[in-house]
Amino acid sequence: MITVENLHRHFGGFRAVDGSSIEIEEGSITGLIGPNGAGKTTLFNVIAGVLSPTSGTVTMGGEDITGMPPHELFHKGLLRTFQIAHEFSSMSVLENLMMVPGGQTGETLWNTWFGRKRIADEERALTAKACEVLEFLTIDHLKDEKAGHLSGGQKKLLELGRTMMVDAKIVFLDEVGAGVNRTLLNTIGDAILRLNKERGYTFCMIEHDMEFIGKLCNPIIVMAEGKVLTKGTIDEIKANEQVIEAYLGTGLKNKGVS
Amino acid sequence: MLDILNSIVVLSNYVLIPAITYGSQLALGALGVTLIYGILRFSNFAHGDTMAFGAMVTILFTWLFQSWGITLGPLPTALLGIPFGILATAALLLLIDKFVYQFYRRQKAAPVILVIVSMGVMFVLNGLVRIIIGPNEQRFSDGERFIISAKEFKLLTGLKEGLAFKTTQGITIITAIILVVALFWFLNRTRTGKSMRAFSDNEDLALLSGINPDKVVMVTWIIVAALAATAGALYGLDKSFKPFIFLQLLLPIFAAAIVGGLGNPIGAIAGGFVIAFSEVVITYPLKKVLKYLMPENLEPTGLVQLLSTDYKFAVSFTILLIVLLFRPTGLFKGKSI
Repeated sequence: MITVENLHRHFGGFRAVDGSSIEIEEGSITGLIGPNGAGKTTLFNVIAGVLSPTSGTVTMGGEDITGMPPHELFHKGLLRTFQIAHEFSSMSVLENLMMVPGGQTGETLWNTWFGRKRIADEERALTAKACEVLEFLTIDHLKDEKAGHLSGGQKKLLELGRTMMVDAKIVFLDEVGAGVNRTLLNTIGDAILRLNKERGYTFCMIEHDMEFIGKLCNPIIVMAEGKVLTKGTIDEIKANEQVIEAYLGTGLKNKGVS
Repeated sequence: MLDILNSIVVLSNYVLIPAITYGSQLALGALGVTLIYGILRFSNFAHGDTMAFGAMVTILFTWLFQSWGITLGPLPTALLGIPFGILATAALLLLIDKFVYQFYRRQKAAPVILVIVSMGVMFVLNGLVRIIIGPNEQRFSDGERFIISAKEFKLLTGLKEGLAFKTTQGITIITAIILVVALFWFLNRTRTGKSMRAFSDNEDLALLSGINPDKVVMVTWIIVAALAATAGALYGLDKSFKPFIFLQLLLPIFAAAIVGGLGNPIGAIAGGFVIAFSEVVITYPLKKVLKYLMPENLEPTGLVQLLSTDYKFAVSFTILLIVLLFRPTGLFKGKSI
């Protein structure tokens, strides 16, 4: 579905992404792991159009999407969440979700004044959908709360909820589980699995929690120093000497990685 | 009792009404500045001259209508000219954005660079306005001069002091209220307005939520054009139109926007009135008011004018400094709408 070929992104002399090629298959939940500074988030940013690549190409379903601005990618069904949860802090949780679907009738100045009925119908449908999403994520009691007041974990759920407001094709999750407690992590994990199975979302997620990754992801891509180290199932990854050296550490090896 | 009434009338006539009018004009100006700061993320020094341009086009159309014999009766003909002023200003701003600001935005230029760029735009606009209409003072008000004149008021109430309420003051205040209500309705209730707020709140997220930045920028310029042209025309109508005045007006406008909290529309309005009231109160000789309130032997001998009117602009500057020292984000929390 997404093919990244020989991608480079340099910041001055620093090669954050240094010739990575990855392939994300349709319908998969692909994990992306690697030590801090391996270039995972930069890779995400380049794919999602926030940064333009120094060289290399990104294609989505055969179409070249290299350097396309984020709002256009969004309309193609490519969505992402942030490592540090972003939200429109002065708007309510409900409004945050209702912001998402692009191309709404009320977006033009003309319709704002002359298409009021259509806007009202659309907003009603959107509200219903947003409520459904919030229920799915078990945070429906927070719908009128200002998004800025949510806890870190709830903001992560909201990030996930944002991707559910449209029919996404592929969602890039940047450490959606970081700093979230076990119970909430399970909720997020279940939501991801359900979205994958029921709605056919493809996911690509950066994560550090090996247990969480192992439960959800197949295959897993390992990055280090801007390059792709290997790709495989959780067991293959855990057994790979290079990965252990670069990421998992010998501490795990000595304990015999369970 | 009568003394108190008289003092209230004097105060209203010389302080309240002029300050509310001036405050409305500043608030409209500051709203434009604050919207640009919140959404395009730079301080637009060309805003004063944008107002001058809007006012100029309004004047040209007013003259045209006057020469055709079209008037609004008791209301100033300029009201008919304002929509054309807004359209012309919107076209101008969109052109400037396309040929100037867009280039720097694409480069993701630092705000400081955009500020300097806007200064360049300011000089060009200033020159343009002077080339078209000349550097001199222009008059374009017509219709009824007063809603109520001092003489009528005295006759009506039998008080010793008169209260004059000029038509232009009434129009300024009413127009400002209508515009502000419309703006807030727009920002809070409509999808386009919410996109603007979202863009101002968190640009990255807005982009990744599928909000088209070009559209947001375009709508912002159009709204800014409406605010600037109206503010400029009202100021010219109420006082007088002179291209250079708008350059001077930049200081109180920026002071108002910063005092209220840059990027915060409510702050811009509050800031406008804070600056206007301070300027008027501090430079008005309060003797006439106190004369009625104090016992006879305590009546002030001097003018009780805290500062000469020459120092008018020093007032906004001082308030600006005080606010920046003690509350750098402004009275209302700035930097997000």
